[in-house]
Amino acid sequence: MNRLVQQVDAQGRLRHFLTLEGLKRQMLIDILDTAESFSGVTEQTVKKVPLLRGKTIVNLFFEASTRTRTTFELAAKRLSADVLNMNINASSASKGETLLDTLRNLEAMHVDMFVVRHAESGAAHFIAQHVAPHISVINGGDGRHAHPTQGMLDMFTIRRAKGPDFGRLRVAIVGDVMHSRVARSQIHALNILNTGEVRVVGPRTLIPADAADLGVHVYHNFEEGIRDVDVIMMLRLQRERMQGALLPSEHEYFRLFGLTQKRLALAKSDVTVMHPGPINRGVEMDSQVADGPHSVILEQVTHGIAVRMAVMSMVMSQKAQAIQSTQNTPAVPTPGAGA
Amino acid sequence: MGQVNEVDALIDTMAAQLRTLIAARKLTDPAMVGIHTGGVWVAEQLHRRMDLQVPLGSLDISFYRDDFTRIGMNPQVRPSQLPFDIDNRNIILVDDVLHTGRTIRAALNELFDYGRPASITLAVLVERSGRELPIEADVIGRKMELGDGEHIKLTGPTPLTLELQKPA
Repeated sequence: MNRLVQQVDAQGRLRHFLTLEGLKRQMLIDILDTAESFSGVTEQTVKKVPLLRGKTIVNLFFEASTRTRTTFELAAKRLSADVLNMNINASSASKGETLLDTLRNLEAMHVDMFVVRHAESGAAHFIAQHVAPHISVINGGDGRHAHPTQGMLDMFTIRRAKGPDFGRLRVAIVGDVMHSRVARSQIHALNILNTGEVRVVGPRTLIPADAADLGVHVYHNFEEGIRDVDVIMMLRLQRERMQGALLPSEHEYFRLFGLTQKRLALAKSDVTVMHPGPINRGVEMDSQVADGPHSVILEQVTHGIAVRMAVMSMVMSQKAQAIQSTQNTPAVPTPGAGA
Repeated sequence: MGQVNEVDALIDTMAAQLRTLIAARKLTDPAMVGIHTGGVWVAEQLHRRMDLQVPLGSLDISFYRDDFTRIGMNPQVRPSQLPFDIDNRNIILVDDVLHTGRTIRAALNELFDYGRPASITLAVLVERSGRELPIEADVIGRKMELGDGEHIKLTGPTPLTLELQKPA
């Protein structure tokens, strides 16, 4: 992974949002706290704040997505930004325009931020490296590498369900860890927040050989892996990223790793069940579990909007502050001073 | 300046003015809203003295400031809490210091995103010089003429004290 792009500036502010790896604990807490404030916007009659009025945000999606794109779009609109949705597969790429040409053209339209989703790991870093300095890049999921806003909305959901002390929590991430950028971002976030125990649970073919290096406990037996856990984070089976026969069949997968009511009873009685969506019902979990009292799957979707509002506004705030500090204007009173 | 009970006395003055004004304007069932942080402290005291029935609300106007593109966001944003319906409500908006008027402009905009109030009355602990917008307070604890670079700041929550900061 290219490390030339610094997502955090010299003052510790977020310039881009590419991965959770390497971020400080306080940064994650700031994101969660800011998202908590934005979650109140949905209670307003006018579900909008004027923070990013006049800014233009481009959803640059090289890979299909419904939930991520719509929640990014809604987040931008609730911040009063203008949003362009670019589905690259369907336009320039098919006409032979290179990625850099596409970027230059969008820059010429005076946009302020790209939200990038791409099937290749490292795509968001690559774009962050090549955009004009006034443009911020947010990673909306790149290959198997990272999906940092998903990781943060999952942390937000856990904090809402279990409180702020991650140290007392035992969390199991279950399923196709091998192909999952979501799992990688979840593991980084849970580790940064000092989670008591993080487990990854799945068949040998779907757990990376070096998983233990990430500071997690590896289980290949589902029942063992979810015993006494506080949170179960199910992953989607990423058939589109699988090459070769990693699984005998979906039916066989469900028999061994499908989350059923009976298995759920092995976890703590107040266990929280999560899934990033879209759910393959009857493959990763039973409908009874997905729609049951322990499930917060739809809350995750709702929280995704507030978390994405927080990340977008923090990145744009960094830009405002960086521009301010390069102009030698007198210091302005700090926010909160009686004015 | 700086005596422990100075602010208490000013809030007593505000409460008396506010009672008269509520009666004169026939503001039925008013709801009070404090602006973070100092305005909430003053509003808590005022709310207690006025014995209002509607629970106290609070506004954090960070998302409505007009200087985001200049100074970015306040990292310590708190959620606004308005535990009542804004529509057709008589609102008493409370802040610690009225200076440029920009905070009040932001607060008015935020309130209107929650609904259409019947009226808004502005009560401030200190009304100081330096207005940049056509905004005036209805209830004033104390007026102050301050020079360039001088600031008046409320510290709290216990005790509430006013501090005059002179240019260095």
